[in-house]
Amino acid sequence: MAQKGYLYEFTKGFIKENPTLVGLLGMCPTLAVTSQAFNALGMGLATTFVLVGSNLVISLLRKVIPSTVKLPCYIVIIAGFVTIVDFLLHGFVPALHENLGTFLSLITVNCIILGRAEMFASKNKVLPSILDGLGMGLGFTCALLAIGTIREIFGAGTWMAGSGIIELTLPESFPTLSIFTSTAGGFMTLGLLVALVGLLTKKKPPAEVGCGNCPMAGSCTGCTSGEEADA
Amino acid sequence: MPSFLTILLAAILTDNYVLSRSIGICPFLGVSKKLSSSLGMGAAVIFVMGCAAAVTYPIYQLLLKLKLEYLKTVAFILIIALFVQLVEIAMKKILPPLYRALGVYLPLITTNCAVLGVTINNIDDGYSYGTSVWNAVCVGIGFTVALVIFSGVRSRIETADVPETFKGIPVTLVAAAIVSMSFSAFSGMI
Repeated sequence: MAQKGYLYEFTKGFIKENPTLVGLLGMCPTLAVTSQAFNALGMGLATTFVLVGSNLVISLLRKVIPSTVKLPCYIVIIAGFVTIVDFLLHGFVPALHENLGTFLSLITVNCIILGRAEMFASKNKVLPSILDGLGMGLGFTCALLAIGTIREIFGAGTWMAGSGIIELTLPESFPTLSIFTSTAGGFMTLGLLVALVGLLTKKKPPAEVGCGNCPMAGSCTGCTSGEEADA
Repeated sequence: MPSFLTILLAAILTDNYVLSRSIGICPFLGVSKKLSSSLGMGAAVIFVMGCAAAVTYPIYQLLLKLKLEYLKTVAFILIIALFVQLVEIAMKKILPPLYRALGVYLPLITTNCAVLGVTINNIDDGYSYGTSVWNAVCVGIGFTVALVIFSGVRSRIETADVPETFKGIPVTLVAAAIVSMSFSAFSGMI
């Protein structure tokens, strides 16, 4: 993959291989924290940090980790970075730490991170791995921010509330639907966005979430049928 | 401390992990195509969640003693991954019929965020040992209920005339939105 150039490794995550809207990975944080744009942005950046860090370390250790125990190794590395992010947010942005709550710990099992470790960092040199992690992470952040923006504006009539940097409040007369801030609104917004991206890129959305796209498909015995269908 | 019945009802109706908290979405969308696979996955999740809560609680007490409670994410995910592997090996040897029914779903559970989520929430909510295990089992039941209901909805989508742009995942997500909306009617019941 390295022959495609460093720029490609960085930019592919934004649209062409966007992990959320094209790859449909990491659904839980995508739906759970995006009722407010600020939380979505925070979650996206925290995930980016973990992704870059884990890609860096896994790429450095790619010749050291034996393939039989690679998954536990990856998980420990990823969980270590998640703990670092947890501390950093707790210290510097306590409000965000409070809002994200359990979902910070759940970054550990975000399949985007394990997927990039398995599919990219374990096979590539350090610099492309960092760029891949950065691009994928920022692509994830953009998708989350887009969903968060739609949900917050239509659901609550505000934008980036609680961020303390840029806060917008729409006039009282703006019609809001509280359903957008609930889980149902999350499913709905994501469904519409995936359809829109499919329409714009003229590519059919994947028919399945889970085994077919699951980055673990190769190593997971439960998925062999799904993987064959995919190949 | 909430009563056992409150926990059961909350986990299934008002605070369903999948439909209200959006935890465990990947298996919810991935394995809900057929009723049989929904039930199998659900049973495996109930079992693993209950056991994971039972195993992680003493581990957390140990971490507290060592003043290492910030390591709980690392410790819990390792314990869960290890435990799932163990169960798989043991089940293959001791209960082959059960393994044939549930075995294929077990590896998928390691990266199911609902399992890690329920163990961490148990700690954050300050539940006692018995309540933790019961809460985990109830959350598993809630997960199964959501999966079974949604598999019924999906079998109707299969035969429906869906616009080209929405075929596949988008229509599934919109259907999930409607199921989730219907569950939000339960809110405030408890």
